Amino acid sequence: MGHTIAEKILATKSGRTSVRPGEIIDAYPDLVMSHTATWRSVSVMQKVGATKLYDPDRLAVVLDHIAPAKTEKNATDQQVSRNFARTNGINKFYDVDAGIAHLVLMEAGHVAPGDLIVGTDSHCTIYGSLGALGTGIGYTEVASVWITGKLWMKVPETFKIVLSGKLAPGVYSKDLMLHLIGSLGADGCGYKAVEFHGDATTGLSVSERMTMTNLAMEMGVKCAFVPPDAKTEEYLRGRLEASKRYQPVSADEDAVYEKELPVDLGNLGPMVACPHEVENTKPIQEVQGTRIDQAFLGSCANAKYEDLEVAARILKGRRVHPNVRLIITPGSKQILLEASKTGVFQTLLEAGGMFTNPGCGACAGDGGIMADGEVCLSTANRNFIGRMGSSKAQIYLSSPATLAASAIKGVISDPREFF
Amino acid sequence: MESTLQGRVYKFGDNVNSDIIIPGRYLIYIDRERLAQHAFEVLGEGFPAKLREFQILVAGRNFGCGSAREQAATAIQGLGIQAVVACSFARTFYRNAINDGLPIFECPELYPDVQEGDSLKIDLAASKIQLRGKQYAFPQLPDSVKKILELGGLANYLKTQLAGR
Repeated sequence: MGHTIAEKILATKSGRTSVRPGEIIDAYPDLVMSHTATWRSVSVMQKVGATKLYDPDRLAVVLDHIAPAKTEKNATDQQVSRNFARTNGINKFYDVDAGIAHLVLMEAGHVAPGDLIVGTDSHCTIYGSLGALGTGIGYTEVASVWITGKLWMKVPETFKIVLSGKLAPGVYSKDLMLHLIGSLGADGCGYKAVEFHGDATTGLSVSERMTMTNLAMEMGVKCAFVPPDAKTEEYLRGRLEASKRYQPVSADEDAVYEKELPVDLGNLGPMVACPHEVENTKPIQEVQGTRIDQAFLGSCANAKYEDLEVAARILKGRRVHPNVRLIITPGSKQILLEASKTGVFQTLLEAGGMFTNPGCGACAGDGGIMADGEVCLSTANRNFIGRMGSSKAQIYLSSPATLAASAIKGVISDPREFF
Repeated sequence: MESTLQGRVYKFGDNVNSDIIIPGRYLIYIDRERLAQHAFEVLGEGFPAKLREFQILVAGRNFGCGSAREQAATAIQGLGIQAVVACSFARTFYRNAINDGLPIFECPELYPDVQEGDSLKIDLAASKIQLRGKQYAFPQLPDSVKKILELGGLANYLKTQLAGR
């Protein structure tokens, strides 16, 4: 009986020859990511009287939420995190200028297939786009892994999602994920690992895969994977940090899956998640015409270079509707840099968009706060009540293409007419 | 941790996410009291004050879904809540609750029978919940995990471990 990707990685990281779903193991993560929450983990270390880290090279600290500091309290907390990184010789330290932790760590080559990565953020699942097992934990547990090097984990069952067909122009992996979350529900994959398979998966770019493994969190997964292939290898070539080698990980032919789900991408159209739950999804036809006040192109789900490029292609030579503020928060400094070289930055500005500095931005309730009764269309991964300011504001979620089309029209709009 | 937990129930539905439990703007705090002042405030007038009249939260599926913020568990403790019983928990909340010393129990059978204001008794040794004379079983936590909860959370557990080195 063969093994899934999650089983293989957890066996390796717990020093076993094999593990099965349901087993509880002590695993040693390759990387522990902490973002703006770092100071909280530092306070736990002080509280328990620990001074020594298990392995400073396994820590990554990225200050991404509320960056740069908005209040004196933020500044002080960031100072604690910065001093901690300096004092302990944390080489993978990225300050408030770098961008969103997940994207920064993948760009910098700190994530390789087969790695086990934990961090203070639920969207650590995104690392599965490169074949790593990523999952979120709290700040106390991060401190515990800093000190002991390990954490207890339950080996998950795995769902296999088999993709066939081809996405139509104007339809993206964001639409696929909103379709899946809507049909499976917010806990449709609760505690499970998910693997994406099928010819159509191979055809999707690494950026599209990042969106998939990121959004998978919204159906409750513990982790999600796109098995590494030629595209993964190409993305990582010349990028992986010196201590890492490219070693793909794959499921066995006879791996045991709890469930298999086929999806034909050719059947999908643009999807929108309506307030106030991500699982509340609808086809674009049912929500088009809804007035928007703000369009937010940002977050670890959809503020990658490809996402900005898609929006720019639609907005080129057009204008953002006068009643809409288009806020663009690039996922990282590298993404902003690339957009500034290729003309995407200029196109989006000329169309009437405004840029904020790279980071989590409005998705973490920083810059782009909504007033009572306002409506935001966002490319982020959550539309929970009160997440972007007023609890009387409405947040809808879509792909960058739907966002760009809607920003032009001033109402939620089908992007396919622009293709 | 007490061997028996007892109190009045406040009942929630499915998918109560961690943004509802404690909005992101308060994550700059980590102390129970401060977080509790804003717990569940997005639910509108009367929250969180009314929750202080209850000792046990009962919820449907996927309680605590969304963000991995540990303060969701901390804020609930700050309200004086002694335990959360749900049909199921999101995994990040599940871990955070244990690590924060907040007792949680998965018991889907209880959910349809319980109403706001009911009095519940949770017997930890017997792994049973009592409601109006009827008993409901819940699965025991693995021993290694139970130890963390018994010591009041992961920080205390770590302290003990480090002292024993």
